Amino acid sequence: MELKSRHLLGLKGMSKEEIELILETAVSFKEVLNRPVKKVPTLQGFTIVNLFFEPSTRTRISFELAQKRLSADTINFASSGSSTSKGETLKDTAQNIESMKIDMVVIRHASAGAPAFLSERLKSNIINAGDGQHEHPTQGLLDIFTLTEKFGDIKGLHVVILGDITHSRVARSNIYGLKALGADVAVCGPPTLIPRHLEELDIKVYHHLDEAIQNADALNVLRIQLERQTSGLFPSVREYHRTFGVTREKLAKSKKAITIMHPGPINRGVELDSDVADSEHSVILDQVLNGVAIRMAVLYLLSSKK
Amino acid sequence: MAREVSAKPLPQHLLLKNARLIDVLNRRDEVTDILIKDGKIEKIGKIDQPGADTIDLSGKIVTHGFIDMHVHLREPGREDKETVWTGCNAAMAGGFTAIACMPNTTPPIDSPDTVLFVKSRAEKHLVDVYPVGCVSKNREGKELAEIGNLVEAGAVGISDDGDPVYNAEIMRRALEYVKMFNIPVIEHAEDKQLSNRGSMHEGFTSTRLGIRGIPSISEETIVARDILLAEYTGSRVHIAHISSGGTVRLVREGKKRGIKVTCEVCPHHFTLTDLAVENYNTFAKMNPPLREQKDVDEIKKGLQDGTIDIIATDHAPHTVEDKECEFDHAAFGITGLETCVGITLSDLVHKKVISLDSAIDKLAIAPRKLLNLPIPEFTAGALATFTILDLEKVWKYDVSQTCSKSVNTPYHNYEMRGKAIGVIHKNKIFME
Repeated sequence: MELKSRHLLGLKGMSKEEIELILETAVSFKEVLNRPVKKVPTLQGFTIVNLFFEPSTRTRISFELAQKRLSADTINFASSGSSTSKGETLKDTAQNIESMKIDMVVIRHASAGAPAFLSERLKSNIINAGDGQHEHPTQGLLDIFTLTEKFGDIKGLHVVILGDITHSRVARSNIYGLKALGADVAVCGPPTLIPRHLEELDIKVYHHLDEAIQNADALNVLRIQLERQTSGLFPSVREYHRTFGVTREKLAKSKKAITIMHPGPINRGVELDSDVADSEHSVILDQVLNGVAIRMAVLYLLSSKK
Repeated sequence: MAREVSAKPLPQHLLLKNARLIDVLNRRDEVTDILIKDGKIEKIGKIDQPGADTIDLSGKIVTHGFIDMHVHLREPGREDKETVWTGCNAAMAGGFTAIACMPNTTPPIDSPDTVLFVKSRAEKHLVDVYPVGCVSKNREGKELAEIGNLVEAGAVGISDDGDPVYNAEIMRRALEYVKMFNIPVIEHAEDKQLSNRGSMHEGFTSTRLGIRGIPSISEETIVARDILLAEYTGSRVHIAHISSGGTVRLVREGKKRGIKVTCEVCPHHFTLTDLAVENYNTFAKMNPPLREQKDVDEIKKGLQDGTIDIIATDHAPHTVEDKECEFDHAAFGITGLETCVGITLSDLVHKKVISLDSAIDKLAIAPRKLLNLPIPEFTAGALATFTILDLEKVWKYDVSQTCSKSVNTPYHNYEMRGKAIGVIHKNKIFME
């Protein structure tokens, strides 16, 4: 069993077996992360470039850590703003990488499709670390990995994704991955932040949190970007918190204890209250550690695909 | 990159033998001979003229020269994308004897000088170029351009194409003002607020691809507004490059109520859907965007029932750099002059969506009526302005052979049945 593609551009189209392969591989890398010496020689001699065209702290650090734990040589390139404002086109960036004989490229970009653009032009393996509103596959995988640790089987699990679905690549990757594994997925948020035709992906759409969480096993709370308010998509942070902010009171109305997830960074007191974020039902910090394990697994599995 | 082509001067006498002549104005459709003398029709009928240059057109069609009323020639300003001359070459290769060009150049066509400049660049070409002037000064939508002066210099309509006329008050005044000149206001119908910096049609595909969407209502709300303004002012509005089924219904209803509204559609909007954007194909990025199958179906109905008057290309050449980049950074638009006739014959006529006569009407007659241009006729003494068609020729478009300076087309290798194989106009002939 191996991955079909030599790139990880998204979870859309990925089979149950492929996702399970990544999850199983991550189990053994997580074990490495709990050893006193956390480094293995798996990717010795591999050169990886982390191309971050969009500001990122945790994803970049997580990838870098995963690469160092695997003994790869890494180079970081960070540039905020679009490539056009920088004066170099993405095509030129791609050609430069090709000349430098880089083995793998991790790319984060504000434009959907930028990783696909590179994958059509480079011999290196491309890993999407988030492209626009499209996908963030390693985040989706680490969320699913965290759920398997907690619940075992994903099949039939009720997972609710809460917040700004329209602009969320995390939501899309979670939806594709969870659906492939047979989970029951729902989204919840104001109609202004739910994209049209989402139902065609066979997921339920809720606009009231209490209805959404009635049968939920897990609630994945998305970060609300404050600039969405100024562009008119919701009236105020206060109203957002009142209607969709996750509080102990709102959770108390559900039948079972709900596992709380968040891709980070959290706006405490906006989409998620501190006492919920820090409660025993929160797996937010497990997600962070699992992120490293998942990224190690993805790097390792793709490294053998040329 | 552009392939060099040139028209040849006609010999003093040219005899077209055994051509199927289609004159849709007089409902004439017969196999006959046509003798051209000094660029004018000398005689139509059974002709034997020993010594005259003769072209055997058995199995081919001769009809009114086609006109594409929606072309971006990019000159002045972006001669790296297209010039008036290369645009005319592409038009000629595509089977057009005339084009109307849009004023969103740099500087824009908002003064008589620019109108005259653009016209002068095409003077020696087989293809006639009719500039469309701006509605507003510098296309800013604030003050009316000097429309009277533009018309006097040769503008055949006005438009701020590329942008809508945002301000309904300006649009109202433009519609009123042009009544003096009997020219249409050509609207790029788009509410930019609703478009919200989108780059493709808003629907399931945009949701999946994570690309900001341009909803159909972005077009339809402006179409509805303009139809009401046309009704109120009693003036004529022409909706450019319609893309949505909702627009077809609005125009149909407007026409039924006797409002002077007309519209045009581009070949990509009746052959492709937003699925063509899959894999972030920037050659499928245009504004208005490719929409859904239900829109394509309604557009075909609109072509059939006469709601859609005209077929035009929105030929929008762009450099490789403008297209080979991130999808949301890529320029909007595709070239179209060389594929329009083939696609129309293949996807509309052969598939029995519309008749051949209707296709000729939408490519030659209706646009000239809209712009008050003389319609090429088949009478002795008339200037020979013909498009020659091979209705059965099966061919594939090869963009490496394009006469345009740009190659941004989703139709490379597209197979078609039916092709424009030549044009005659201004005492010149082009046949490959």
